[in-house]
Amino acid sequence: AARGCGGVWRWAWQRGARGPSPSPRGQRAAASSARGGAVLVGKSGLAPWVPVVGLEIHAQISSNSKLFSGSQVQFAAPPNSLVSFFDASLPGTLPVLNRRCVEAAVMTGLALNCSINKKSLFDRKHYFYADLPAGYQITQQRVPIAVNGSLSYSLCIDNKMSQMVTKTVRIKQIQLEQDSGKSLHDDTRSQTLVDLNRAGVGLMEVVMEPDMCCGEEAAAAVRELQLILQTLGSSQAVMAEGQLRVDANVSVHRPGKPYGVRTEVKNINSIRFLAKAVDYEIQRQIEELENGGTILNETRAFDSKLGCTVPMRDKEGKQDYRFMPEPNLPPLILYDAKSLPANMNHQQVVNIDWIHERLPDLPSVKRAKLVEQYGILPEHSFALLNEDGLTEFFENVVKQTQMKPKKVIGWILNVLLSYLKQHSLTVKESPISSLMMADLLNLLEKKEISSTAAKQVLAELWKGEEKTPLEIVKEKKLELIQDQKELEQICQAVIDGQENE
Amino acid sequence: QVSAALKEGHVTPTKLCQRCLALIKSTKFLNAYITVAEETALKQAEESEKRYKRGQPLGVLDGIPIAVKDNFNTAGIETTCASNMLKGYISPYNATVVQKLLDQGAVLLGKTNLDEFAMGSGSTDGVFGPVRNPWSYSRQYKEKSISKSHSEDEESNWVITGGSSGGSAAAVSSFTCFAALGSDTGGSTRNPAAHCGVVGLKPTYGLISRHGLIPLVNSMDVPGILTRCVDDAAVVLGSLAGHDPKDSTTIQDNFKPFELPSLPDVSKLSIGIPKEYHAPGLSSEILALWSKAADLFKNAGAKVIEVSLPHTRYSIVCYHVLCTAEVASNMARFDGLEYGHRSDMNKSTESMYAATRREGFNDVVRGRILSGNYFLLKQNYENYFIKAQKVRRLIANDFLKVFGSGVDILLTPTTLSDAVPYREFIKEDNRTRSAQDDILTQAANMAGLPAINVPTALSERGLPVGLQFIGRSFQEKQLLTAAKWFEKQVKFPMIQLEEVKRHSHDIFQHQKSASFS
Repeated sequence: AARGCGGVWRWAWQRGARGPSPSPRGQRAAASSARGGAVLVGKSGLAPWVPVVGLEIHAQISSNSKLFSGSQVQFAAPPNSLVSFFDASLPGTLPVLNRRCVEAAVMTGLALNCSINKKSLFDRKHYFYADLPAGYQITQQRVPIAVNGSLSYSLCIDNKMSQMVTKTVRIKQIQLEQDSGKSLHDDTRSQTLVDLNRAGVGLMEVVMEPDMCCGEEAAAAVRELQLILQTLGSSQAVMAEGQLRVDANVSVHRPGKPYGVRTEVKNINSIRFLAKAVDYEIQRQIEELENGGTILNETRAFDSKLGCTVPMRDKEGKQDYRFMPEPNLPPLILYDAKSLPANMNHQQVVNIDWIHERLPDLPSVKRAKLVEQYGILPEHSFALLNEDGLTEFFENVVKQTQMKPKKVIGWILNVLLSYLKQHSLTVKESPISSLMMADLLNLLEKKEISSTAAKQVLAELWKGEEKTPLEIVKEKKLELIQDQKELEQICQAVIDGQENE
Repeated sequence: QVSAALKEGHVTPTKLCQRCLALIKSTKFLNAYITVAEETALKQAEESEKRYKRGQPLGVLDGIPIAVKDNFNTAGIETTCASNMLKGYISPYNATVVQKLLDQGAVLLGKTNLDEFAMGSGSTDGVFGPVRNPWSYSRQYKEKSISKSHSEDEESNWVITGGSSGGSAAAVSSFTCFAALGSDTGGSTRNPAAHCGVVGLKPTYGLISRHGLIPLVNSMDVPGILTRCVDDAAVVLGSLAGHDPKDSTTIQDNFKPFELPSLPDVSKLSIGIPKEYHAPGLSSEILALWSKAADLFKNAGAKVIEVSLPHTRYSIVCYHVLCTAEVASNMARFDGLEYGHRSDMNKSTESMYAATRREGFNDVVRGRILSGNYFLLKQNYENYFIKAQKVRRLIANDFLKVFGSGVDILLTPTTLSDAVPYREFIKEDNRTRSAQDDILTQAANMAGLPAINVPTALSERGLPVGLQFIGRSFQEKQLLTAAKWFEKQVKFPMIQLEEVKRHSHDIFQHQKSASFS
């Protein structure tokens, strides 16, 4: 069957082929993969390949202060203005764990169906780099805070919105760790500029097992994770601001054979590029192997301009990080209702059950509720949640109109949303309010105007001139003629006109 | 006593401060101080004086001149760790313990000398040169060394202080201050205390904040207290101990400062004598003193029994692995980017790092970093680091067993011998010396237990010898009580220093041990 990766892969590849083409050979390979199925076919057209994709995602925790120090967390502040003594690694300073960061990790772990480790440990991961002042990063290598979860996500098959399939990826673990600072290489002056604002900000590293098989799956999984994080509030997860960073681990192998050598792909700045990067890398590896070459266990960067992955010049050889327990932090102990000592109040400890009780509805739950409540299709609910503020807009319109939600949804998704996309606007920036929309749809519902007229009104409303739909209708004389006699007269006039020719 | 004198106006804080500063100047040859903060000290003394005049001193420590080992951060005053890496480094913050002392009105005279980054047992390996034991210039030592008829002059006969808090020990011993802070990772407070004839207290790990103490081994370091008598140590401990939110390894429980009984009683105590501490190389003198001490307790009614800490002989090797591993990690931050020495080499970031670290660190530090990194390599981690952690647990369990069987306090020697002359000491390298000298003190750091050196008697050469008491976790009161009792029994003689006599004044003359409490 043409479901799953193969057909989707072909579609994604063709989409990519419209843009800057990575290599002339690529297109040949694409053509021969039209066979589809869960495996890919190389250009020889004979033996299949199984691509394997795993992800390491770093999500910046949404908190007021950093993971181990009190300095503020803020995007785009003046360089080195948010750096505490500890962040600068001044000798003698010690880490103090931020409670809010722990809660964020627990929330995320629970939302991803993980087991929360009641005792987790902190470790030092050593390497020298300008953006790592202490010469080590504090992370959780031995026992992370959450393990063994899962994330369900949905894909459209064959580019048709009407057919969605649900997939699951296993979550290996979630660990708390420090973010590094930023270093900028100024080659003209042969210097490196270091900004430590980001050094020490809390991160949750979410490790997804290699259960995915192509760029689209990876992208869909990350998109769903992003929605979950934003719903929880544990991370704002905006990739453009570096709050969500994704590294992809990609390999290919023959069916039935052991996994191939994997490469790590970094420097992916958007979900769209993630899909491209993964697909490119799969293709590159297949070509390399079919030409008798080997895959190096290396780190590659995605070049978004060229649409391809290139070896990263900085990483030479394999690093030994010399992991060591972090001696300045005792084990992190979390409690649940059963293990909570009697005399402790919840202000002093982190109680997993308490957090669980207060989790908001996750996207999957929200979607199910929308489908049930409004009778819309599942793919509609995906589209609603996918756009910030759109669900709210839709629900507001429904509240204020007699038109059935099943009909409203079409206007929201096909008309409003496409206008917004065309003009690169967010829902919040929409010149058409939910009230105006509702008014318009009411006119339509009452059959006072036709749907064509409605679209004309929308075009006017779009200009943002503060006129109501009714005003525009009157102005442009778009009312539907209700009077039977009047209609007959017009028709007769037209027929008469025709006869005269 | 000096505190009482301040209160009653017999002497003013500024006079006291000035005299100490003058004494520091005249004992400069000891090289105990790296930085003397004359201006700020006098200012602090003036403030203290105002408070006394108003009848509102902050406490017993108000106006008391103190010194701090140069691996504690002091805001506005250079903190060097006796290393080129931090020469000229002026920290923007005070270590918690420094802040606490200042908040009590203590007068910070300056920063004392040490082995570079506290690595060593002689206070000889810092970039500012070695510290000289004040006892080298005492009448007691000079009298005994005349009998050695070699034609060496006094200059080359001087003995070491021990280390690594040698500067602090020398400062207290030579009366330039009334108390000093040291640090203790493997014996670095107790060892120099023994050689310099002062009280050296290592508190329980987690009792006193390490925030601002530049770390050697985070899991073993503690701030150490050096004073001229046990009561003083108790006072300083009382002002420093307690939870610090900035140090996550400090205990949460409330700490209550205590006063020691004026007539301590040891008849109800059970004293353990660990047989393994009869280590190879232990001088017969010290062995005899140890034995005498045990008898003293017995005669006072205490139960004195021989006990065994079977894993003692593994502690050197275990310590070596864990210490170097943590050192390698802790020193990784010294890259010349944010603070400290930065090499002129600028071909690339990496070459700058390498040059900075080679120029900034001495052999000892570099050697430990290399060893430590070796033990932390993936292929070695299990066999070295993890194994050492397990051995550490066994060593700690030895103590638990003994304390659990009814023993309250352990009595052991602090050092293998009295202080050796510098020219003898430097014949062996730092690593060999540390391994030898730490043997009696290290295990307490591995187990996190409190321990204290009490000056006991003078050796045949006229140099101080001390004995060590090791107590149960957080039982400092019991430990110091026993120590105080012992101190009263042995009546350790006061050092007779020419320089001090020159600056003689009432305070020093009519007190046996010029204490401040």
